[in-house]
Amino acid sequence: MLKTFSIGGIHPEGNKLSAKSAIQELPIPKIATIPIAQHIGAPAKAIVKKGDEVKVGQLIAKASGFVSANIHSSVSGTVFKIDDVMDATGFRRTAIIIKVDGDEWLETIDRSKDLVTEITQTKEEIIKNIGEAGIVGLGGATFPAHVKLSLPPGKVADVLIINAVECEPYLTSDHRVMLEKADEIMVGIQILMKAIDVKRAIIGIESNKPDAIAHMTQISSKYPGIEICPLKTQYPQGGEKQLIAATIKREIPSGALPIEVGAVVQNVGSAFAVYEAIQKNKPLFERVATVTGKSLKNPSNWKFRVGTPVNDIIEASGGLPEDTAKIIAGGPMMGKALVSVDVPLTKGSSGLLLLAEEETARKDIKACIRCGKCVSVCPMGLEPYLLMVLAEKKNYERLESDSVMDCIECGSCSFTCPANRPLLDYIRLGKGKVGQILRARK
Amino acid sequence: MNTKVLVAPSPHIHSGDSIQKNMYGVVFAMLPALLLSFYYFGLGSIIVTLTAVASCYFFEFSIQKYLLKVEPTINDGSALITGILLAFNMPANLPIWIIIIGALVAIGIGKMTYGGLGNNLFNPALVGRVFLLISFPVQMTSWPKALGFNTSYIDAETAATPLAIIKEGLNKGDSLTDLMAQLPSKMDMFLGSTGGSLGEVAGAALVLGLIYMLVKKIISWHIPVAIIATVAIFSGILNMANPEAYAGPAFHILSGGLLLGAIFMATDYVTSPMSNKGKLIYGIGIGLLTVVIRVFGAYPEGVSFAILIMNAFVPLINISSKPKRFGEKRK
Repeated sequence: MLKTFSIGGIHPEGNKLSAKSAIQELPIPKIATIPIAQHIGAPAKAIVKKGDEVKVGQLIAKASGFVSANIHSSVSGTVFKIDDVMDATGFRRTAIIIKVDGDEWLETIDRSKDLVTEITQTKEEIIKNIGEAGIVGLGGATFPAHVKLSLPPGKVADVLIINAVECEPYLTSDHRVMLEKADEIMVGIQILMKAIDVKRAIIGIESNKPDAIAHMTQISSKYPGIEICPLKTQYPQGGEKQLIAATIKREIPSGALPIEVGAVVQNVGSAFAVYEAIQKNKPLFERVATVTGKSLKNPSNWKFRVGTPVNDIIEASGGLPEDTAKIIAGGPMMGKALVSVDVPLTKGSSGLLLLAEEETARKDIKACIRCGKCVSVCPMGLEPYLLMVLAEKKNYERLESDSVMDCIECGSCSFTCPANRPLLDYIRLGKGKVGQILRARK
Repeated sequence: MNTKVLVAPSPHIHSGDSIQKNMYGVVFAMLPALLLSFYYFGLGSIIVTLTAVASCYFFEFSIQKYLLKVEPTINDGSALITGILLAFNMPANLPIWIIIIGALVAIGIGKMTYGGLGNNLFNPALVGRVFLLISFPVQMTSWPKALGFNTSYIDAETAATPLAIIKEGLNKGDSLTDLMAQLPSKMDMFLGSTGGSLGEVAGAALVLGLIYMLVKKIISWHIPVAIIATVAIFSGILNMANPEAYAGPAFHILSGGLLLGAIFMATDYVTSPMSNKGKLIYGIGIGLLTVVIRVFGAYPEGVSFAILIMNAFVPLINISSKPKRFGEKRK
């Protein structure tokens, strides 16, 4: 029996169209648009100005505040302007726009392909340098990694959990990185283990990636303390709380962080980025994303430079299919629908999904037939049907007492509802309002 | 870019599940019992079923179109289920005009008064059945014999149900052992060749439907299992306490409408609780009430009343039996 989480869960079709496609390098763009807010927390502060020459890997915006992340140039060239542009959120936000000239890297970056296994830095140096490198959670949440690794005073971790679940349908970037960079990932994990002082790391991989499980199991035998935990395929297993419950059977209490149960979770892509940052002195300015969709000519996985327009990566994969109705940054369950293909790819871009109308169009909303399927699929043990009604009625007190803030917005309820009710839309509204009330109370 | 794109919040895909799929799934699960009733009761059961289904469609359509003035939703399949379930709860020789009244009460009072599918408190088919049982007790309790390929309708030969034989016999002071000897074998009761309403005589066909609905994830196991287990345990205890006065679990489970009620009536989405915990409480309540009414009440059969009474408790059950929240400590 494979392990999995025990409350709720759904089984959407995997549609991992690009799983067999090796990672390719996307050509460097002519103009890179690098937003200064690519992470959760305060936007970084630009430290370059119009006309400045920059090199690949050079710091161009500095973290402002504790929860924030450095931004580095992904290209070499001249800062063309600093301006507000539309990003993946649909809002206009500040970005540093660089006119690309050649591909000149900072000399401090080790560009060789040699595997460096020896970890020379101390725990403190590692956390500081991960922060310097601007590493954020690459699963899509983009929470600054150094903040997660700086454990609150008095808290001790006993296990590092690596999120290699990739439970979103369609996405395969983590899958490919595991197949192609397993050794680097293992060293990255050992660096992370040293940073939080644990002897044990567990890599959670879903059973729909048997090749990755086999390969990672084989490679991990060379690295002490790292276990592979094959998991039964079930969405949303990549949710931090669900992954911890699945791998080590511990439930994080409502409102608490993983460290409350002695765990720290990092994405497998982040582990690779940590390897590059610590062993190769290379900040985070490129990553792997999946470009996919049933009508797309070549669903594939690309290593791209941050700031590349979405359009470039689609063109490289065969161009935008004619029947495209929705362009999604991320997966179909939790990704964001983009307004245009001109927005830049960022550190959080794990994939780009093109859906045709029949796959994504919403159907007519019917009356709730009280089948209770939303209750049985909710991985947080909530009652989505009730939360929707309470949100409609603006009953914020009961929304709070019925734990609306525990909702992880995985979308399992809306996905399942036979009456096509927009459960999560209303729950989000209610959650936003209750969040405001809670902050005002403090 | 020349095409316009949709921008909407996640999730961007849907399972493809629909109300119709679930409703027609239930109808498919009822087919074995329906076909078997045609076999056992012949022409009568076909007339009863067609009349019940047609009247349910007619009343649902007319009330929505002409009284409520809303877009009729007869395509969702729920009127079909109510019609078949209503027929399942009727003897095969019931006069057509009584069937039509039953359908009017089921759809009109049971469902539309509350605002239609999703809003009703009580199972519509049961509202119809109980109305008829109280208004036309004679017609509703004279069941034709299950003869097989029967072409007679109104003038069919009638037979008492096993539950009625036991109830009346015990009231007269006969011993349970003697009464049991008059009954068809347990195997006959499971396969269906006993007296009773259309859908309740064939336990095996109903169980087949249950298995289908469980495999297709149309319903969960909680309600039927809770009802059947409770009836088994409760009647088992009574039987052990005094075997001469109380029949055993096998008799209670196989007789009357217990399997029909546990599998198709109590599991109605709209009128059953939302959480698994709530479904268990609801099922246990139905099981207890059924045995209490059968053993201590005036009526030989209590499943319909038990389900309707527990329907009324569903809002309270929903409020008091929340699912276990993630991260909540088990008490």
